[in-house]
Amino acid sequence: MTVAAAMVKCLETEGIRHVFGYPGAAICPFYDALLESDIEHILVRHEANGGHSASGYARMTGRPAVCIATSGPGATNLITAIATAYMDSIPLIAITGQVNSDQIGRDVFQEADITGSAEPFVKHSFLVKNPEEICKVFKQAFFIAGTGRPGPVLIDIPMDVQKQECDFSYPESIEIRSYKPRSEGNKLQIKRVCEAIAKSKKPLICAGGGIFTANAKDELRCFAELCDIPVINTMMGLSSMDMSHRLYFGMLGMHGVKSANYAVANCDLFILLGARVGDRAVTAIQQLSGIEVIHIDIDPAEIGKNLSATTPLVGDLKIILNQIIETANELKHTEWVNELAEVRDAAGALISEEKPGTVNPKFFIHRLNEHLPDSSVIVADVGQNQIWTANNIFLRGGRFMTAGGMGTMGYSIPAAIGVKKASPESQVIAVCGDGSFQMQMMELATAVQHKIAVKIIVMVNNYLGMVREVQENAYNNRLIGVSLDGSPQFDMIARAYGIKAETVNSLAYADEAIKRLIESDEPYLLQVIVDEKEKTIL
Amino acid sequence: MKHTISILVENRAGVLARVAGLFARRAYNIDSLAVGVTDDKQVSRITIVVDGNEYMLEQILKQLNKLIDVIKVKTVGEQELLSRELVLFKVCCTPAQRAELISIAKIAEAKISDISVTTMTLEISDYEAKISAFEELLRPYGIKEIVRTGTIAIQRGSAALTL
Repeated sequence: MTVAAAMVKCLETEGIRHVFGYPGAAICPFYDALLESDIEHILVRHEANGGHSASGYARMTGRPAVCIATSGPGATNLITAIATAYMDSIPLIAITGQVNSDQIGRDVFQEADITGSAEPFVKHSFLVKNPEEICKVFKQAFFIAGTGRPGPVLIDIPMDVQKQECDFSYPESIEIRSYKPRSEGNKLQIKRVCEAIAKSKKPLICAGGGIFTANAKDELRCFAELCDIPVINTMMGLSSMDMSHRLYFGMLGMHGVKSANYAVANCDLFILLGARVGDRAVTAIQQLSGIEVIHIDIDPAEIGKNLSATTPLVGDLKIILNQIIETANELKHTEWVNELAEVRDAAGALISEEKPGTVNPKFFIHRLNEHLPDSSVIVADVGQNQIWTANNIFLRGGRFMTAGGMGTMGYSIPAAIGVKKASPESQVIAVCGDGSFQMQMMELATAVQHKIAVKIIVMVNNYLGMVREVQENAYNNRLIGVSLDGSPQFDMIARAYGIKAETVNSLAYADEAIKRLIESDEPYLLQVIVDEKEKTIL
Repeated sequence: MKHTISILVENRAGVLARVAGLFARRAYNIDSLAVGVTDDKQVSRITIVVDGNEYMLEQILKQLNKLIDVIKVKTVGEQELLSRELVLFKVCCTPAQRAELISIAKIAEAKISDISVTTMTLEISDYEAKISAFEELLRPYGIKEIVRTGTIAIQRGSAALTL
């Protein structure tokens, strides 16, 4: 069969049922072969969004997801999405067409060195020159992307190679001598971890995105309950613990909540699970000098990179937490837990001043909480809207996700589309601002064309709010480039795409609008008018 | 502080670029880099000398190990290492000065590889301190050009870096 047909068969063999892409000349042979398959192709409206959709999809299934683009500008448009997935350790397979192999390096039409330019943002990449190695390449790509610390893998394939003949023989298993991720935790280290926990009076668990990657939510809860240890989250770890749990104390860091940062400042043992100590969290963690730190992660390079660990432990979080649960004793830290509970429950009632014609975004999220079904997925974009959502959302069983590492604006809607495609029975809501909405609004067409019922909440304050806060705080109120004058009416934009939309400009109206949003089984948009003066850090 | 890192990599197109790229984007300073195939044609060996502290060295080793093309990474202390670099010096040399340069070369165990009416090209293969000392002896004559290979290194004793 042709290499193009083999590529499709490789995807089928890997269990891929949906791909997100945007065709072009250099990837046409593959697209032609895709016509023969049951794999559903979702056409996005910008290649980057194909990457973000695959990212959302992968986060739901826990397996590598596929995005496709053509050569040149199609491939370079994918770079932001690949970098976003890289920073958050999302398994992505990016397939790009390339110009004919004898034309590579001659600056022909739509030629770009994508393997070179994406190199800093991929776990690995392949430029396929030999048609016979196509099956091995795909097997390796999926293996590399989906194991160890997951990440993006790029497959670049010249047009002429796609058209060549090859034998299809998909390897049962693969071994890469230079890549052997570690899963089980070292037994001696496990012992040391349990001893440290037994000795401490004020232990604290900080759970990061690794909990989701390892599918270890249950193990986290069991471990916390067994040893009676309070749990806080990084932004990437938000919703890895039921927020109504008595041991849950919120998100830490620069934009975190008081109880979490208080816990960090007063603990005597800091247990970091599946987190990389990004600089937003570090503002809290800096207070940790002198405190014992246990750092458990699948990537040894993260341990000691931004924070020294007293007890490092490398391996798969699910396996290691089970090892700890087997080894550790039941413990009680009632005084410490009560101390934190006081701080958490004392968090004052929000000031209810509201400028007429606007809604306090924090209150809006509280209203949203009241109506959210239990397994909802909230996809936050980037900026003030992200912080208001992260700090105020209350999830009992659902999932919160965002582009935490790279902070890529325009992530939420395409990612929500990917999430909904992977999990059609879930209520999936993207929350974004008016800045980020304008970076992704073309994907409304994708939702309509493919009947993907994502719900969209746009917080409209006519500003790039987070940058404005920075300019107010650090640049003496000298505002430049943050006004979004000239923006359209977003509800009208939605209606132009055939999507029902409403404007919410008073809290009194919020509940009904939210109910209609949630109950709709079509895409739905709420435009929430927010006072431009509303801040994240008071 | 300088550290010598020896890396065994898959002998494939683009691998050197990946390793060099890693150093560039993580802002590690490469003092020198030498690469060549090993006795296994599928495997190449890269020797990199970096300038950095202990924390940086630990991060470099860990990040290198993450690269799929990197099979094995090793670093040992300066004491355990046999380091060599090959350097060519083109030195200004009048006919009258030839005898002096020849005797300097003899003492330093350097070879005379080329000669012209106004220059002499000397070749030395040795460890860094010896080469620096040799360079200083040549300086008064006027060094026209220096070409270096970059340091290669091998562990002393019977230990070997293999797969």
